[in-house]
Amino acid sequence: MAKIPNEQLIKAIADKFDTSVTVIGEPYELLTVETGRETIIDLLTFLKTDPALRFIFLTDITGIHYPEQEKPIGVIYHLHSLTTNTRIRIKVFLADADVHIPTATVLWDGANWMERETYDLFGVLFDGHPDLRRILNVDDMTAFPMRKEFPLEDPNRVDKKDFYFGR
Amino acid sequence: MQNHPVYTDNDPQSELSTLNLGPTHPATHGVFQNVLQLDGERIVSGVSTIGYIHRAFEKIAEHRPFYQITPLTDRLNYCSSPINNMGWHMTVEKLLNIQTPKRVDYLRVIVMELARIADHIICNGVLGVDTGAFTGFLYMMEHREAIYEIYEEVCGSRLTTNIGRIGGFERNFNSRAFDKLRAFLKNFPKTLKEFESLFNRNRIFVDRTRDVAAVSAETALSYSWTGPLLRAAGVDYDVRAMNPYSSYEDFEFEVPVGDNGDVYSRFLVRNEEMWQSLRIIEQALAKLDKEPSDIFHADVPEFYLPPKEEVYNNMEALIYHFKIVMGEIPTPKTEVYHSVEGANGELGFYLVNDGGRSPYRLHFRRPSFINYQMYAPMSRGMLLSDAIINMSSLNVIAGELDA
Repeated sequence: MAKIPNEQLIKAIADKFDTSVTVIGEPYELLTVETGRETIIDLLTFLKTDPALRFIFLTDITGIHYPEQEKPIGVIYHLHSLTTNTRIRIKVFLADADVHIPTATVLWDGANWMERETYDLFGVLFDGHPDLRRILNVDDMTAFPMRKEFPLEDPNRVDKKDFYFGR
Repeated sequence: MQNHPVYTDNDPQSELSTLNLGPTHPATHGVFQNVLQLDGERIVSGVSTIGYIHRAFEKIAEHRPFYQITPLTDRLNYCSSPINNMGWHMTVEKLLNIQTPKRVDYLRVIVMELARIADHIICNGVLGVDTGAFTGFLYMMEHREAIYEIYEEVCGSRLTTNIGRIGGFERNFNSRAFDKLRAFLKNFPKTLKEFESLFNRNRIFVDRTRDVAAVSAETALSYSWTGPLLRAAGVDYDVRAMNPYSSYEDFEFEVPVGDNGDVYSRFLVRNEEMWQSLRIIEQALAKLDKEPSDIFHADVPEFYLPPKEEVYNNMEALIYHFKIVMGEIPTPKTEVYHSVEGANGELGFYLVNDGGRSPYRLHFRRPSFINYQMYAPMSRGMLLSDAIINMSSLNVIAGELDA
């Protein structure tokens, strides 16, 4: 089957979700939509199970941090419909003080480690996740290193300082 | 799967033993730790611990200009670095809307398919070693060396290749590269045939791998498996065929699929993929003859680093060099997802750009990371020795697992 045109995809989502899902754009023909955490699981379920769309493949879950935004922490899902070869990107933004979002492990087993990685790097709390622990970093780490305020290197280290030319 | 005996509580034999498989166990071929609960030789449960070589590439990438991120991608799947390099270059080219000439595409296809063969040589060779057959591994290793020598002619290095630039290659392929490539195409099929006749119908090997760690297509899709593992489970998803990049649409090749996703099917799928890669390389060589032989990069002076001699003698080249290094050329403020068929599956790059010198956010969709998460759940009820060969056939590369 051929790729689902983005207009058709937008219409299918709008029919079902009205204004709770907004289209942000189509960069490089990849439809990008934004929704809230209340509707994210409904939206993912709809996309996965709708017989015309069938986005059965979860390509990726990851996070992003925009410190200057009101809701700074973003969770980004990439889905792929293998039968029609269509991709879609879904974003959910969360407030800094309340980084809870329902888990997608109810739909895909593969979401498990992707969500653990997002928790480990961005501190997003996936409610209902079976085993939400750090995965790449050590367990007793307290910071979330992919947030923008976390420095790349320890600012106090002196061993790499170059006193003549700076760094 | 046999049912293992159930022991009662007061039975002294009922105690489970805990085994730390890894982090540095010789049979795991890399830094992987699995804490296994064993009932005799059978695994009751397991917990994977990863992150031993986590190097925070995504964080480092946020502080580097685009062209300096290529060496980071080398160190993801270090058995097939060129595929990662090319995937990254193509992501940036997609972001910047750079069209590469056909000759560049074909040269890239050659390098990527060589990398795929090199990766599959390691995986299938080591699978043979883990089942007790060292010979096949040594036969094949000779040809991985030949592939590394071709890399050396093309870019000067062997393992972490840093091959190519945004827009093309850093230099043209020399004649020795093509000579070595032709010699490889002549010699390797013989060895691959010999390798297949050593294993494919070998009673011991088949008994050892058939129906071990079988995975259904539904489970594989639910765990987001890609690459040879998914194809062994019977799903013909190959990024090269589905979303052709680098002119893969010009080539004729088949996507081999297996039947039940066990270790044996994965072995066969990888072997067949090597044959298909050889086919693609031969077609690419034939196509190269029709292309002008002096083109090896796109004409994009704003993004392609000029040769050093020109930087020192030519004003314009010096300006471009300065602007590229200092990141003073505006780039679109947008986001892009690009994926290539890595040796282990869909290798994706999700790049969010804010128009600055370096990416605002770069995420690698690493197939090994995603494929490996089924390892502990699928090991339940398996014999320890089967779990070892299962790990070999998953072909998890520690660098790609931990990023």
